[in-house]
Amino acid sequence: MKRAFPIFAILTALLLAYAFYQAIWVAPMERTMGDVQRIFYYHVPSAWTAFLLFFVNLVASVIYLARRNPRADVVALVSAEVGVVFCTVVLVTGPIWARPVWGIWWTWDIRLTTTLVLWLIYVSYLVLRRFSDSSQTPKLAAVLAIFGALDVPLVYFSIWFFRTQHPQPVIGGGGSIDPRMLHVLLINWLAFSCFAIVLCWARYRLERLHREVEEAEGLESLRGVSR
Amino acid sequence: MSSLRSITVATLTKDIRLEWRSKDALNSMLFFSLLVVVIFSFSFDPNAEESREIAGGLIWVAFLFAAVVALNQTWARELRNQVLDAYRVSPAPATALFLAKALGNFILVSLLEALMAPLFVIFYNLRALGPAWQLIPVALLGTWALVVNGTFFAAMSLRTRSREIMLPLLLFPISIPAVQSMVEATRIILAGDGSARFWIVLLLTYDVVFTTACLGLFETVLQAE
Repeated sequence: MKRAFPIFAILTALLLAYAFYQAIWVAPMERTMGDVQRIFYYHVPSAWTAFLLFFVNLVASVIYLARRNPRADVVALVSAEVGVVFCTVVLVTGPIWARPVWGIWWTWDIRLTTTLVLWLIYVSYLVLRRFSDSSQTPKLAAVLAIFGALDVPLVYFSIWFFRTQHPQPVIGGGGSIDPRMLHVLLINWLAFSCFAIVLCWARYRLERLHREVEEAEGLESLRGVSR
Repeated sequence: MSSLRSITVATLTKDIRLEWRSKDALNSMLFFSLLVVVIFSFSFDPNAEESREIAGGLIWVAFLFAAVVALNQTWARELRNQVLDAYRVSPAPATALFLAKALGNFILVSLLEALMAPLFVIFYNLRALGPAWQLIPVALLGTWALVVNGTFFAAMSLRTRSREIMLPLLLFPISIPAVQSMVEATRIILAGDGSARFWIVLLLTYDVVFTTACLGLFETVLQAE
């Protein structure tokens, strides 16, 4: 397992480099948007990865509440942290693209707003984990994760209704995508998912070691007291 | 079931009696929301025709902030003299305690709203162009949406450092759809601009979903120590 990590990390780096090459040089230029459109190959894979990680967080939280398995809690923590990072990438790259294409940085469109609220919920999740220092943090965090997951569909519906009532001219509806672009997009998604796995993996090991050290220190101080 | 009801009623009565004698939470909430109303009226021109458009937002933001003041004090009383520990070891159902606390907060915040609403009407020259009676279900459902999660998160933040600031940080992100529904429904009713039915149904859904979640998970939170 220990040797697998560097191998996987190197492979991911190569894949990321290849995906970068594909996105910048190989993918065809978009006719109306030009080169700005290439941010799409970072924006969309980051979004998919972030949503996937938040889903992993929910599953791990439910497993933790049901089984009280400490590994599930580490998975929940790690997936939320890395998910917030990817979600931040989405929220930053979105406006960079929107400014030249839509002419505005931000609009309260359904996808933008839902992503922002999701980001807020998970930041509050991480804040709770940071501020709560009892051994019960995993339980409270898992409960909050479930509340967040229940909230997301409601957010989606409320904004969906709000924005269909007040249409915004800037929302690009559905449309077809060039198969070559789709190809590059999928390569980038694979690369970003592998990158997310590398980050989660490293963070998972770090967190486990951190907890082991804390446990050992606790035992050590107990031994000191009994002596 | 009867024990659930009797414990809920007993805890609720105790809380109301305590609050009635001191009126700490109610007075601080009233004064706080009065301050918010006055500060808002300096920030926006309350005489403009748009006041009808923005009043829904102002009212609910003021009540949301004021509610946090009360919600933060929900459990503080039980921490003194280890009352919460006694609850934990007692065979009383945890849901009864939660329901009593949530209902207590609901009554408190509703009272605040009933006292503050006329002030809003006067300060912002409000007159509903839509069916004004619909404001009552919006207020009741909206208040419940705020206090049910607020009571729950207040219990969660008991276990954290700087718990007073923790409550809004947990409560506000989750409350976004509820706040949006209340604000939109109020705006639609005040401006007489279409039907507020969707928002009322969404609020009802929010209430049902989160009341169920709170009742189901409160035991876990109460026992976390």
